[in-house]
Amino acid sequence: MNGQKPKLAVHKFSSCDGCQLALLNLGETLLQLPELVEIVHFAEAGPNAPDATVDIALVEGSISTPEDVHRIRMVREKSRVLVTIGACATAGGLQALANFADRDAWMSAIYPNPELIDTLRTSSAISGHVRVDCELHGCPVSSRQVVSALRELLNGVMPREETQPVCVECKRRGVICTLVSKGEPCMGPVTLSGCGALCPAAGRGCYGCYGPAERVNDPSLSNRFVDLGLDRQASARRFHFIANQAPAFKAAGSRLKDESHE
Amino acid sequence: MNLQTQQAVSRRPGFLARDALQTLFTVLSQSGYRVFGPMVRDGAIQFDTLTAADQLPSGILNDQKPGHYRLEQTDNPRVFGWNHGPQALKPLCFAPRDELWSEQSGPLRFSQSQPDVEPTAVIGVRACDLAALAIQDRHFLTDPDPDPYYRQRRESLLLIGVDCAQSASTCFCASTGDGPALDDRYDIGMAELDEGFLLWQGSEKGRAVTDQLDLQIASDDQLAAMVQATSQAASDQSRSLPDSDELMLLYKRLEHAHWQQVAERCLSCGNCTAVCPTCFCYETTHEMALDGKTAKMIRQWDSCFSATHSSMGQFQVRSTTKQRYRQWLTHKLAGWQSQQGRIGCTGCGRCIVWCPVGIDLTVETVAVLEEGSLDV
Repeated sequence: MNGQKPKLAVHKFSSCDGCQLALLNLGETLLQLPELVEIVHFAEAGPNAPDATVDIALVEGSISTPEDVHRIRMVREKSRVLVTIGACATAGGLQALANFADRDAWMSAIYPNPELIDTLRTSSAISGHVRVDCELHGCPVSSRQVVSALRELLNGVMPREETQPVCVECKRRGVICTLVSKGEPCMGPVTLSGCGALCPAAGRGCYGCYGPAERVNDPSLSNRFVDLGLDRQASARRFHFIANQAPAFKAAGSRLKDESHE
Repeated sequence: MNLQTQQAVSRRPGFLARDALQTLFTVLSQSGYRVFGPMVRDGAIQFDTLTAADQLPSGILNDQKPGHYRLEQTDNPRVFGWNHGPQALKPLCFAPRDELWSEQSGPLRFSQSQPDVEPTAVIGVRACDLAALAIQDRHFLTDPDPDPYYRQRRESLLLIGVDCAQSASTCFCASTGDGPALDDRYDIGMAELDEGFLLWQGSEKGRAVTDQLDLQIASDDQLAAMVQATSQAASDQSRSLPDSDELMLLYKRLEHAHWQQVAERCLSCGNCTAVCPTCFCYETTHEMALDGKTAKMIRQWDSCFSATHSSMGQFQVRSTTKQRYRQWLTHKLAGWQSQQGRIGCTGCGRCIVWCPVGIDLTVETVAVLEEGSLDV
């Protein structure tokens, strides 16, 4: 980099912009960022140069249109390190629920002229299209994790990946288990940590937005969900939700759907 | 006089009427202690700072079963009618997250972080948790390298134990020899009766407090009621662990087919280790500020059920849930005997209650110890 500040780009694909907001919500820490990197593209914040060559690209959103497919390849070519941020970019996002549905029927029901919409048959994670160097999960990503990842990349190392389930964060924070104390189905035991146990701390079960933890024992957890009163269809929807295209959750939800038809 | 009655008399308790319990709080506060004790929050017994005796969980009973914890409010005036919540003493001494040191660049400087500690009287500690604390003390305080963070917190505590006059369905402290009656690891002992409390000193530190209380002479009936209560609580326990020698046989059952059956239910989520009052594993991580000029070394609870716990470089020693559950159980019930001088379980039953799928170590242990088919 020859003494120059590393260049950073923030790209958006099919998404709600919430992960970019997680960056903008950093407060004072955000003000340090321009001292460390040159932000050449971050349309939501101002700088607009989507074609620029950069050292670090943060990519939000999933691939859901032919234009997306073309653009993500360009981003890959122009970026030394490509980091996907959030559930859409890492696991297809909520919009990927359409992958399981009759897309044409929905389009005709919602849009007066569905033939004008140019979309792929599926919404998919960035890693299904180009090589990804690092993934930060969540809906939205945690600002803490983004800062930590940027720091490590600036240090010249790859960010450390979380592997533990949300339960570990709950217990470290002294959050009372919603599943055990209220009988509320919670995805925490199979979901990757990093959020700081946000939902359980607010008294509700985890809904799995960070996607699969290192170990996912979905047959055991879904049996427990059934004991707690969720039928297999409803249990399937816990896995086929925000991180529905993450392989372990996708398989778990599909298995539960099949079982509910037996 | 039988042994239990002898013990009761040797405690030499005095009586404090129920409506005078606030005087204990007042004396503790005047003696410079923050009072830390049980309260109901988010549907569970949790320990936190208390300012008055009426914050204690009056009339609260607990329903504890595998994977199930509920509290019930009754008209009973007793404030220790429950057994426990997910934590008691462990987070007080072995913090879930601790800053060990910080560093800054230009010039590079390290400074040890100091835990924020004040004299703390913990009221309502159970026998199983005091036994667990003794195990943690042995782990963290043994020379030549006692842990300074643990030690500072540990030395700040005044422990006010209370006999268990009831057992939850998941309690099995009688079989591990750790309860339901207090043994000898407290500063002040308490037993709750309908009409009030019996209190006695367990240490000089405790005596400095009890000497300031206006205790009445306990009657023979009250002493008998105290003995009867813990005796009944012990006989009410239906769960148990085999004795220590038999547990050593776990190491001869490493290929037992039952490990795989447990693994099919186990989520590898680590809840059992987090609520276990004796588990002491931690990980350390380095957290650097965005500007790269300052950093902190953080220690936080880890679990033998996590992927990184057994990772060495790129090699993971225990990659399957079966291996992790087997490691946890054999280490806790057999390995600790040579490392710590006793098993690492004090019969509190938290790992059974707070397991999201209700895996019961007393059941799994017996199943593994039984002669059975071997994995192939």
